[in-house]
Amino acid sequence: MSMLVSKPRAIATYCVVVPACIVIALPLVWLAIASLKTSEDFFASPFLPRGDGFLGIAWDRLTLDNFRNLFSKTGFARALLASSLLASVTATLATLISAAAGYALARLHFRGKRAAMWLVLACLIVPAPLLLSPGFAVLYRLNLLDTFLGLILPAIGPAFGVYLFRQATISSVPSELLEAARMDGCSEFRIFWRVALPLLQPMIAAFMLITFLGVWNNFINPQVVLQSASKFPLAVMIAQLKDVYSQDYGLMMAGTMLSILPVAGLFMLLQRDFVAGLTSGAVKG
Amino acid sequence: MILPDRSRSVFPWLLLAPFLILVALFTITPLFGAAVLSTQQTFGPGTTRFVGLSNFKNVLADPLFWTAFKNTLIFTLGSVLVQLPLALMFAMLLNQPGVRARSFFRLVLFSPVLVGVVYVAMIFFVLFQKRTGLVNQLLHGIFPSWDIGFAWLDQYIMVALILATLWQYMGFNMVYFLAALQNVPKELDEAARIDGASWWKRFRHVTLPAITPVGSFVVLLSIIGSVQVFELPYLLLQGSTGVDNKGLTIVGYLYQTGFQSGDLGYASAIGWTIAIVLAACAVLQRMLSGRTEQQRGVKRATRGGDA
Repeated sequence: MSMLVSKPRAIATYCVVVPACIVIALPLVWLAIASLKTSEDFFASPFLPRGDGFLGIAWDRLTLDNFRNLFSKTGFARALLASSLLASVTATLATLISAAAGYALARLHFRGKRAAMWLVLACLIVPAPLLLSPGFAVLYRLNLLDTFLGLILPAIGPAFGVYLFRQATISSVPSELLEAARMDGCSEFRIFWRVALPLLQPMIAAFMLITFLGVWNNFINPQVVLQSASKFPLAVMIAQLKDVYSQDYGLMMAGTMLSILPVAGLFMLLQRDFVAGLTSGAVKG
Repeated sequence: MILPDRSRSVFPWLLLAPFLILVALFTITPLFGAAVLSTQQTFGPGTTRFVGLSNFKNVLADPLFWTAFKNTLIFTLGSVLVQLPLALMFAMLLNQPGVRARSFFRLVLFSPVLVGVVYVAMIFFVLFQKRTGLVNQLLHGIFPSWDIGFAWLDQYIMVALILATLWQYMGFNMVYFLAALQNVPKELDEAARIDGASWWKRFRHVTLPAITPVGSFVVLLSIIGSVQVFELPYLLLQGSTGVDNKGLTIVGYLYQTGFQSGDLGYASAIGWTIAIVLAACAVLQRMLSGRTEQQRGVKRATRGGDA
C-alpha cells in the first residue's frame, strides 16, 4: 500500500513550509540587494529602491561600486587568498591524517589500540574554550603566534575526523578484501593507499568539505593567533570592516556577500556528500 | 628476507603518529597547561603566581560569572526548547512522501548553516537596528502597535541571539532529525494507523522511541554548542558585553579575563567549570540513550518473536 499523503494534508504542509522558507531566505535576499545599493538608498527602502523603472523599481540606481571599492580600498583580495590557502591546506591535511588514524583503529591489529581509541573518545569531549588560553600559551612557546602554521597545525589532527573515518572504514572497507590483498603480497602501505582509501572516497569528500567550511568560517582562532592585518583571513577582515567603514553599509554587505558566495556555491553543488558526512556520526554513533 | 611481523606491528603506529603527535602538542599539553594555569594568577603569558584553588573559589563567588551563567542558561534553554521542536516538526513535514519539491525545501531551510558566524553577525547587526532595521520595520508593518524602536541589541540581546541562532541552525538540526526519522518502523506506524491510533499516540509510542537515540545526541550537540556561545554576541555587540552585561556569556567572560585582562589562570578556571558542566550533560545523555536502547532491544526481541 502506498503511503502518499492526502491532498489536504499536502496543502497544509505547503502552508507551513513555504512561509518558513521565505522567512529563512529573506535575510539572504536582503543581503544580496543591500550589496547592490548606494549608501543613500541603503536605508531609504528595505529592499529594492523605488522609482519609475519596470515594476516601480529604480533598477538604474543599483550599482556594483561596493564590489569595486571592496577590491580597491580594502584588503579583500588578500584576505580571500589567505582564506582559500588556509582552508584548502587544513582540509587536505586534516583529511589525510584522520583517514590514516581512523583506518588503523578500525582494521589493523596492534598493541595499545584500545588505549589509542580511548584517547580519541576523550579528545572528543574536551570543550574548545578550555584549550583557548593554554593553547595560546603553547603557540607562544613554539613561536607560532602570528603565523599560518600556528592556525594550521592545531587544526589538522581532529579527533572527530579520526572517529568518523573509523566508523566509515568499519562500514565500507571489508576485512576479507584486505586479507586477500595481504595474501597477494601487498605491502601494508599499498593496502591502505590503493585498497582502503578508494573505498573511503565518500567520507573523504564529505570530511574535506566540512573541514574547509569550518576553517573558512572560523573567527576566533585567527582572531587570537594572528596579529598582523596583512595575514587576516576573510572572517577577521570582514568583522573589522565595521570598525573602519562603520557608515558604509553597502561596502560591508558586499564583503559579506562575496565571503559567503564561494563556499555556499560549492556546497550547494556538493550538498549530498556534505549532508551524508554531517549526519553519519549521529546515525552510526 | 623481510620481517613481516615487525613491519606489521610498526605500521599502525606510523599511521597514527601524525594524529598522536598533534594531539599531544595541541590538546594534551594545553589540557595539563589548563590544569596548572587554573592554580595560578597570571599577568599575560609571562608572569605567574601560585594561588592554589582560590581561582575556583573566586569564580564561584564572582557575581559577573553568575550573570554570564544566567545569560548562557537562558540562551541554551531558548535554543534547545524553541529550535529543536521546530526542527523536528519540519523534518516530519518534509519526510512525507507525497510532498512535492521536498529536497528543494530542505535545501532552503538548511542553507543558513553555510553562513559563517561573522557573516550572520554582519547581517543581523543591520537587520536588528532600532528604527532602520528590517525586523522592526516588518513587525511594525504587520502589527501597527509594534514599537519600531524595539531594542533588540540592548535590552533584548538574548532574544535576538536565540532568533539569529534559530535562523542559522534550525535546518541543520532538521537534517539530523530527517536521518533519525528513517529509523521509524513503517509497518508499525501503518499498523497503528489502521488500528485507529491518534496522531499523538503514534507520535508518542512509535515515532518518539525510534528517534530517541539520535534525538538525544542532537540535544547534547545543541547544548554543547549553546553553552559555548560567544562569537555571535561578541560580534553583534562589537566587543562589548551589552547594557548591564546582558550579552555576557560564560565563554565571553573567559575571553574577557584571559585575553583582555590577561589573567589566563582565572580564564582556565572558568574553562574547567564549563568542561565539568558539559561532561555532566554528556554522561546524562549516555544514560538516557542507553536506557532507551535497552527498551528498543526488548521491543525488537518481542517483534522478532511475533514473526
